[in-house]
Parts: sequence; C-alpha cells; structure tokens
Amino acid sequence: MAQFEDQIEIETLINGEVVHRQVPSRMHLGDFLRIEMGLSGLHLGCEHGVCGACTVLVDGLLVRSCLMLAAQIHGCKVQTIEGVVESGAAKQMVDAFQKKNAAQCGFCSPAMILTTLEIIKKPTRPSREQIREAISGNYCRCTGYQAIVDAVEDVFDQREHKQ
Amino acid sequence: MNNSSNPPHELIGKPVIRQELRRLLEGKGSYVDDIQLPRLCHVAFVRSPHAHAKILDIRFDQAMKMKGVIKIVSGKDIAAICKPYMGILSHLEGMKSVPHFPLAMDRAMWHGHPVVAIVAQTRALAEDAAELVEIDYEPLTPVVDEELALDSQTPILHPELGTNLCWERAIDVGEVDLAFKNAAVVIEEKLRTGRHTHVTLEPRAIIANYVSSDQQLEVWQSTQVPHMMHWILSHHFGIPESHVRIKSPDVGGSFGLKIHVYGDEMATVGVSILLGRPVKYVADRLESFLSDYHARDHHIQARMAVSKEGKILAIEMDDIQSMGPYASYPRGGVNEARQVINLVGAAYGVSAYRARTRAVFQNKSMYGQYRSVGRPIACLITESLIERAAAQLGLDPLEFRKNNYIPAKAYPYKLVSGPSIEILSQHESVDQLRVLMNYEELLKEKNLYREKGVLRGIGFASFLETSSPSSTMYGKGGASISAADTATISLLPTGSIFCTASINEFGQGAQTIAAQITASVLQVPIEGVRVVLGDTDASPYGGGNYGSRGTSIGGEAILQTAKALKQNILEFAAQLFALDPSILGLQDAYVIRLDQHQQVISFEDLARQAYFNHEKIPKGFTPELTVSRSFAQRDFDGVFTNGIQASYVELDTETGYVKLLKHWVLEDVGVVVNPLLLDEQIRGGVIQGIGAALYEQCLYSEQGQLMNGSLVDYLVPMACEMPDIVVGHTFSATKTSELGAKGGGEGGVAGSSAAVFNAINDALKPLNVYVNELPITPAKIIQAIHQKD
Repeated sequence: MAQFEDQIEIETLINGEVVHRQVPSRMHLGDFLRIEMGLSGLHLGCEHGVCGACTVLVDGLLVRSCLMLAAQIHGCKVQTIEGVVESGAAKQMVDAFQKKNAAQCGFCSPAMILTTLEIIKKPTRPSREQIREAISGNYCRCTGYQAIVDAVEDVFDQREHKQ
Repeated sequence: MNNSSNPPHELIGKPVIRQELRRLLEGKGSYVDDIQLPRLCHVAFVRSPHAHAKILDIRFDQAMKMKGVIKIVSGKDIAAICKPYMGILSHLEGMKSVPHFPLAMDRAMWHGHPVVAIVAQTRALAEDAAELVEIDYEPLTPVVDEELALDSQTPILHPELGTNLCWERAIDVGEVDLAFKNAAVVIEEKLRTGRHTHVTLEPRAIIANYVSSDQQLEVWQSTQVPHMMHWILSHHFGIPESHVRIKSPDVGGSFGLKIHVYGDEMATVGVSILLGRPVKYVADRLESFLSDYHARDHHIQARMAVSKEGKILAIEMDDIQSMGPYASYPRGGVNEARQVINLVGAAYGVSAYRARTRAVFQNKSMYGQYRSVGRPIACLITESLIERAAAQLGLDPLEFRKNNYIPAKAYPYKLVSGPSIEILSQHESVDQLRVLMNYEELLKEKNLYREKGVLRGIGFASFLETSSPSSTMYGKGGASISAADTATISLLPTGSIFCTASINEFGQGAQTIAAQITASVLQVPIEGVRVVLGDTDASPYGGGNYGSRGTSIGGEAILQTAKALKQNILEFAAQLFALDPSILGLQDAYVIRLDQHQQVISFEDLARQAYFNHEKIPKGFTPELTVSRSFAQRDFDGVFTNGIQASYVELDTETGYVKLLKHWVLEDVGVVVNPLLLDEQIRGGVIQGIGAALYEQCLYSEQGQLMNGSLVDYLVPMACEMPDIVVGHTFSATKTSELGAKGGGEGGVAGSSAAVFNAINDALKPLNVYVNELPITPAKIIQAIHQKD
C-alpha cells in the first residue's frame, strides 16, 4: 500500500512573498499560516468550517483555511487580512466598521472584513437582506450583526456620494 | 455638583468611536493563542467519555514514548500542588457541594471531565499521545434527569451529602390561596428552557509560565476578571500574590464564560509549575462544548391569578435548575436560581407570591453564569403568563402591563423576595415602545396578514435587569471576588494622561469608556488619554467585569479619580501662581482662570515643573499628579435597570420556520456614556436571547452523552436569520453614583427570548396551539400543530 509522506514541499505566494517550505502533510492551512507564517490575523474559532473566523483568500476565492491542507496551496496565491489591509477598499471598510462600531471583541472581524470586501466588489448595491446573506457564513457572538450591515451600506453610501 | 468648578462632561453621552478597534479590525490583535514564548509547550487533555464512571487505572507509558511528549500527569499529580476548591457561598443557607479538583480523581463526573493532561512540543503531538493513554473505567449510573434528581430511586452523586440537592429556597408571602380562589382568570403553565452555553468565538485560552528561578508565576489568560484569578492562583497553588501576575490580552468574547475557574486551566498552571516552563492551553471547539460552563437549564411550573379588571393577584412558581456535578467555583453556580426566584413577578411588585427553586446536581458539564444570569428565565415565566392573561381578558397587552407595574411613586420599592429596586421607568418604556414600533399600525398589518392566512405574531416582554452588584452578591458569602473597582490616573510630562483601572476590556468598549470619562473631566482630547487595563502588575485591584458593572462601577471609580487629579492640578497651579484654586478651571489641556477666561499654564508646562523643575515649587508643597480612587456600590444589592422588548414574527406552518421580521428594545440604563457602543451591545444581547428562543440547546442522551457538541449540530444565530433591531432609551436617575450610569451589558438578553416566545405563540393563536419549550425549533412547532390535529 502506498504510504503518504509526513512532510510535503510547497512553493506558494503568501501576501506577495514567495514562500518555500516543508509542511507536515496533515497540517491545515489555518495552522500553517498562524504557526509557521505568524499571520495571526486569521483566527481559529471552530476548526470544522462553520464559524468563518479563519477565512482567507486562495487564488482570489474566500476559503475556510481550517478546511484546507497547507499542502494544497502549492502553486497558489494566498492572501490574509495582513496582505489586503493596506488596500484602499480595505481601509474604507475598516473605517466604516469603526464608524458604525461593527465589532466588539474583534475575533471574527478580520475574516468579516475579507468577506465584506467581496460584497463591495459587486457593481450594484445589495439590499440589507443580501448583505446579511453574504455574511451569513461568519459567526459573530458580540454584535447584533446590524452594525456590520450598516458598515457595508456605509461604504456603498460613500461610493454613491462620490459619483 | 458645583458647576463653576466642574465643567460639563462634554464627551459623556457622545457616540465616540473606539480608537482601539482599528488594531483588531486589521488583524493586529493579540489574543492568548497569538502569544509565542521561548520554550513554550502545549497541553491537551484526555477527557472522560462517560458521564459517570469510576476510574480504575490509568496507564500512559506508551504515550510517554511518543516523540515530542514532555510530561503526562493525572489528577493526583496536580492535586499534590493545588488545593481543592468548593463553590459554596456561605450566605446561601443550606447550600452544599464537595471539594473539586482540577483533574478527575477517582471518578469521572461528566462527559468531558478532564482526566489526564499531556504536555508536548506541539498541540498536535499532545493530541497524538492522548490517543495512547489507557484508562480503565467502570461505568456508573449517570444522574441526567433533573426532574428525577431528588427521587429516592436516583443514585446520589456525592454520598457524603446525602442528597443531589445543591441549594433550595422557598418563599411564601401574602394570601396566595385566597388570591387564586378569588381570581377571574388563572393562567397555568409548564415551561422548559434549553441548557445552553456561551460559545464565545475565541475559546477559553491560557498560557502559564512559572519561572522557578524567582518563583514567579506569570499568566496570560482570556478572562474578564484578572484580579479574581490573581487571588485564586495565589491561594490554590500557594504562591504569594506578590509573585503572581495575570495579564489579559485581547479577549475574544466572554459573556460570563470567562469568570469561572476551570479544571483544565488550573491543570495548565499546575504543569507549568511542575515543568518550570511556559505551557499553552487553547480549548478547541469540540472540547469547549464538553468543558465550558453551561447555563439556563430549567423546568418551571407556574401559575398566575388575575382579577377581571386585569390586576395580577398572585403568582405561584416551582423551578428546578439542572446543574453540573459540583457547585461552580468561586461563584456558586446557583445564581440563576437566586435570580429566578427573586425576579418572577418583580416588575409588577406582586405581593402574594409562593415560590420554590431547587438547584440539583447532574452528571453534565459544569454549570454557572451566562450573561443576564437567570433574568431571561424570570422574564419568560412572568411575561408568558401575562401575555396569556391579557389575551384571555381581551385587554391590550401593553396597557395590562402598565396597570400592573410598580407605581412610579413607590420607589425605592422592596420586593417580597428580598432585594430593593431604586428606581425604574417602566411606564415611560411602554409609552415610548408603542410609538417606536407604531403598535396600532403593526397590529392592523398583523391582522391583515392573518386574514390572508399568513400567521404573524407580535410578542412583548417587560424585563428587569440587575447591575452594579454590591458585595452581598459574592463577598458576603465568603468568595474572594471584589465588588469594588479602582482607577489610577497620572498626568505625564508631555501633558498626556495615563489611566489604568481594574475593569477589563473584552470588546464591550471599556477602554473607550475610560478614556471618555477621563478626557471629559480633565478637558483633554480623547487621543491624549492612554488606557491600560487587564494586567495585575499595572492595574489597581478590583472586581473586573461581571454583572454589568464596567461602566457603572469602574466608570464611577474613573470619574472620581479624574476629579481628584483635576483638583491636584488646580492646587498645584494655584501654588505656582499664588492664586486661589477656586478661580481656576481646566480647558483644552490648560489650567485657566475662570474669572478672566485666560490660560494660566499648559498641562505640559505644569507637568515639567512637577517632574523636572522643582526650583519654583513652594517649599512644603508636593505636587501629586498620580491619583487613585475606589468605588463600590453599597446602597442596594444591585442597581436594577428595566426595559421592554417587542418581537414581530411570521410562521410557516408547513416547515415550522420562524421568520423574525423586526425587533424593538426600550431600555433604561440611566446615564448613557456612549450610545454608539451601548446600542450595538444591546443588539448583540438581543440575538443571544433569540439564540436561546429558537436554536441553542446542549442535548444530552439518557446516558449523559453530549450529543451536539459542535457548531454543525449546535446552532447559533447567524446574520441572515436575524432581524433589524430598533433600540430606544428611557431614563431614570440612579443616586448610587455621581456618573449616574446603570449597567447596560445584559438587558438585551433579558427580554428577547420571552418576546420571541410570546410572538410565536401569538402567531399560533388562530390554530389554538401553544408551544412551551425553548428553543422553539421548527420540529416543535410542527409537532404542536400536528398534535392539535
């Protein structure tokens, strides 16, 4: 019977930096990014794909880093909150979250920000229900979610105001 | 307050944004699991798969041979260095429990009870080794049915106690039997609330680092109460308080979860002491469900007697609280029962009241406080009876409440159950809610939908919340839990302000509240105030955060400290310029002359004199630019807050799905220091109560197995099912403090479950169906409808 290797070699682009590593074959991406790469902006809330706190972008798509193995990112482009936070859109979203008090403990927030940044990529303004739907994979125990919806709407308000 | 020497607190009441939030939003927070230390190792636990079992033998020689394993310990190894604890509050008459150890000793008492601790180089290696630990158990009959816990057939969990009863209290006041005899309407019901838990997104987490060279214990813990833990670790591990430091870094939610002592966390401290190196423990989600404290598990039978005019004549109530196997340490774990029996009927000052509450031991997870302890249950009991009584008499549910509330002129009002209520604004709350939700129009809309066959319902719940607890809550019963808070504020050489206090930050905005109050009194820009919380080496001693006290008690301590520093600044300036301090005031970080509206000296120049240039300071005068003050609320057991909530729902009778259309909250928390922070905190509370109403329950099998210990099976409120929540405020002033704030952290939870419960039952009315068990899942609704058929 074929044996799996304990360690797997990967080459990947993380937040714009080329990373070449041996990773334990069983290590999930969330642990790899947090423990090996020191990217502590993603958080582990459940490690079974429900809470959304470990969300990152792999090749531009939102993924749960707890449901992916580190070995799977070989040849992929990974972005975490640390890699997107300097962008104009992210700054705008962070401003809106702060203004609307759309976070309390902050544990869900970096992932929530990544998720909401996907919403504002859409050309048309979504309804409040659509915003709620779009963030429904990110668990927040502190807020009433309402301020988060308000923050996303605030970004659209500002955008429309500029036009 | 003398207005001439105390300018208005400009920032108090303003929606000041949280500066510290940016760091968290950008992913730069530092939670316990983010902290790395040299020689850090990790612990995992072997937990009992049985609800109740004798531990016959533990073998870990195979596990010790695994690569990366550093140490493996069992119960007796930790017990040798840690005194056992017992969560008895001595002022609760008849309360019983037995000593409890960090790890199981000869018996495992719940599914999830930690038995063995394995320390390894990584958590993954520790978990690998855990698989090789062999434990021989002899399963024992578990005690898992709270209603049968006191039956003579049921085994007794702690034979030395002779009973499974931890605590009971009974009240029998007024002419209860007569009231029921004379009542026009008697409403009777059986209610069941679902055992649930806090589910903070950041699980419990701790790093303990015992440095044997100087016998110092340094701990980073996700906690609400650093000073309480300081005492606990010092006392139980026999290390002087002078050698213990607790730091609470960013805390990822708490809600009462992180105010308890946990065996696995104590064992983590223990292995660090044994190893003399740092050890990290972060609960994973599966073990969180098995080991976090549970709450809200009650069986209730209640009835209410009402006159034909709609006056509540009497209430009778019998409550069972299903606990874990031990009283929780150090807060007792029966506070829910205390609050339920205190507060049923309390908003209405019901004077004929017969009630009993019993808290019973169970082979289930440990049990204790969860945000708004007991209040949602007291509210559900009272408000479900009221809603039905009003409907049966054909009375407007809001008017019914108004006609029964404690009269506005009767405050302070002593409840028959014991506590006194300082002041409430219940009548105004109802009036404002009626306007806020446009009740008359909404009622028409609901009825129009009903005519079309769509089942919509409106439910109300008037609630009381306790805040700002005095030392009668814990200290009186012997617990080393402070009811006081202390602040220290300094003027720094550049004119900035440094503020530290014993309250803690876990997302509610304590830092901003502290900065707002300090900046207001000292008349400096809020950016010029540095606030440090949550470090027992930096912060003065105090209770931390529990029972809605951060702003009301901690805030008052900060206010008084800032005022004392202001006085010292004025006196120092008066000395330097030979002026009368009474003509001086503060403005824009300057000492000014109030009579001439003229700047006298900047804070920076003043501070330079105090720290660097003593030549001009008059002999015999010492400037004191660091000040500390403490505050404890001592006038009442607690300061009550009040409010009313309304829920509007639509039911799908085919699927049993409840759509939450909208929710309203009117709450009186006295002076609101920051409405931006408060209102969303209230909304967060509301949806925690909605979770209890619709989704959340820890389900145990007959064998005491937790059957839904994951986020896949235990549902929590997510954004798409939650409604928009409109928040409004009424105001009644507390005289317990100068700041005038009552606690606002919990009221959202207190009333939302009952409001949703009542709305669903209102929607079901045309079908003549009533549900009486939380959470109201779709299955229960469908079952109730079909049973009717």
